[in-house]
Amino acid sequence: MATQGLTGSRVRERRLALGLRQADLARTVAISASYLNLIEHDRRRIGPAVLARLAPALGIDAAALALGPENALIEDLRAAAAVEAGAAAGKLRAEIERIDEFVARFPGWAEVLAQSYRRGAQLDRAVAALNDRIAHDPHLSQALHEVLSAVSAVRSTAAILAETEDIEPEWRTRFHRNLHGDSERLAAGAEALVAYLDGSDQAAEAGIASPQEEFDAWLAARGWHLAELEAGAGMAGALAELASGAARALAGDWVAQAAADVAALPLAPLLAALAPLGPEVGPDPAALAGMFGASILAVMRRLATLPGAAVGLVICDGAGTLTFRKPVPGFMPPRFGAACALWPLYAALGRPMTPITARIATGGRGGQRFRVQAFCQPRYPQGFGGPELREAAMLVWPDPGTAAGAALAVGSTCRICPQAACPARREPSIILSVA
Amino acid sequence: MELPIVGAAQATARVDSTRGGGGSGVARHVLLIEDETNIAEALRFILERDGWQVSALGDGAQAVAMVRGLRPDLVILDLMLPGADGLEILAALRADPATAALPVLMLTAKGQARDRAAAEAAGVSRFMAKPFANAEIVAAASALVPG
Repeated sequence: MATQGLTGSRVRERRLALGLRQADLARTVAISASYLNLIEHDRRRIGPAVLARLAPALGIDAAALALGPENALIEDLRAAAAVEAGAAAGKLRAEIERIDEFVARFPGWAEVLAQSYRRGAQLDRAVAALNDRIAHDPHLSQALHEVLSAVSAVRSTAAILAETEDIEPEWRTRFHRNLHGDSERLAAGAEALVAYLDGSDQAAEAGIASPQEEFDAWLAARGWHLAELEAGAGMAGALAELASGAARALAGDWVAQAAADVAALPLAPLLAALAPLGPEVGPDPAALAGMFGASILAVMRRLATLPGAAVGLVICDGAGTLTFRKPVPGFMPPRFGAACALWPLYAALGRPMTPITARIATGGRGGQRFRVQAFCQPRYPQGFGGPELREAAMLVWPDPGTAAGAALAVGSTCRICPQAACPARREPSIILSVA
Repeated sequence: MELPIVGAAQATARVDSTRGGGGSGVARHVLLIEDETNIAEALRFILERDGWQVSALGDGAQAVAMVRGLRPDLVILDLMLPGADGLEILAALRADPATAALPVLMLTAKGQARDRAAAEAAGVSRFMAKPFANAEIVAAASALVPG
């Protein structure tokens, strides 16, 4: 459960904020220091009895300690602190270690701060998108060039006609003709600009969220499962719920692919094939692919989107950019920016057609152990002469807490990752910097 | 000498004027390299009125050869031309000792800092963004080649 790992981190933060030593707190609540250490690092779940003793020792109520729904709020507050600290070159530092206290004492203010952070992030994104559009959009640039050229000719010609008193009749006739031609051209150029701006308003209306986020939310609201497709029904009505054209396009692509996946891996036979496997074993995408004559990536998508499937799935393209993010409690793919370079997903990306299985452990808040299966499949949409396009996917299965053995310590994204000594770290973590 | 006569876009391409103004001997000679016919025509009119002899060319491909042949006092060069990029033409002119010091006034519809920096790096004498005022062009031309 997400709240378990989260609770461990909160215990640690709260203890550090109070200046308590681990051993002292452990004695107070009558558990061993090493057990408390495991709890704090999210390696052990906290039983209700220990939780009930820990909460008063930390001066916080048990419900607040075990909280879950504030997860997103706290994530946003952390991110806000990180962004502002970065912008102020370290001169501004929020009391991250007291974030729980802040949220508990001033829930309204905390929500206002988080909201304004979210709005700020949206506006940043909108500005970046608009800048990018103006600087690099060849259509806009072409349309503007047309208009500016026509305006130049009109301005120059009109000035000649207005300012030259002794203009010869043949010149005047010629300039009048030119003015007419240029005004026609100007009208056409303005129409092209208007058509362009009208056509791209989907991007503007999606200012609330990026198309990817909107698509994620849409699919999450359906439990990641498209029941309509299983029943052979269309998805047009569901797609219409999406506000932005870009998100509709993303969802449309996903639906088309999911329909093909459903056809290749029909629900009933697939569930029948999964039934004999115990929860400890878990399905093997490669074996299922062979059994159904489907691609391994199709099986992975299907497994992650079965009704109620408690498995996460991340998919990336050849640039490593996440194109699909289904979280599972304890494993939260980053909402923005690049993911953890240590994810076996990226090992698979570098070794196409090679199945990779691994055990990973996420650190800090919500951290847990998982068994992952990653696979990369190249495509050649333009044949032998065209580029190779890679797509890699990683299934993230919760690993029952009893599992022992080494696990690769990974994170979500560097900025909010608590792994102290990480060989793959790209940038400092806001969490480490205050620990 | 025989010069290649260039493309279709310039019915008005090579119109040499003898309309010398002011009576101060030989008229200053400007070569106008601009593919927008109507802009070229307007520029030709206002520059001739100011006492310039104007040659016009509507295609970039022949620009360097034309400059070498005509040996104008000033070149007005559009940045975006069919046949060749204005910056390439400028670089070729600067690379030739015969035209290295020739004043070049560059016009562009994209009056952005990036283009301006690129033109300056390539050795432009002056830069003017469209839409320009007629008086500005005349003043700039006279500043580069005093009559």
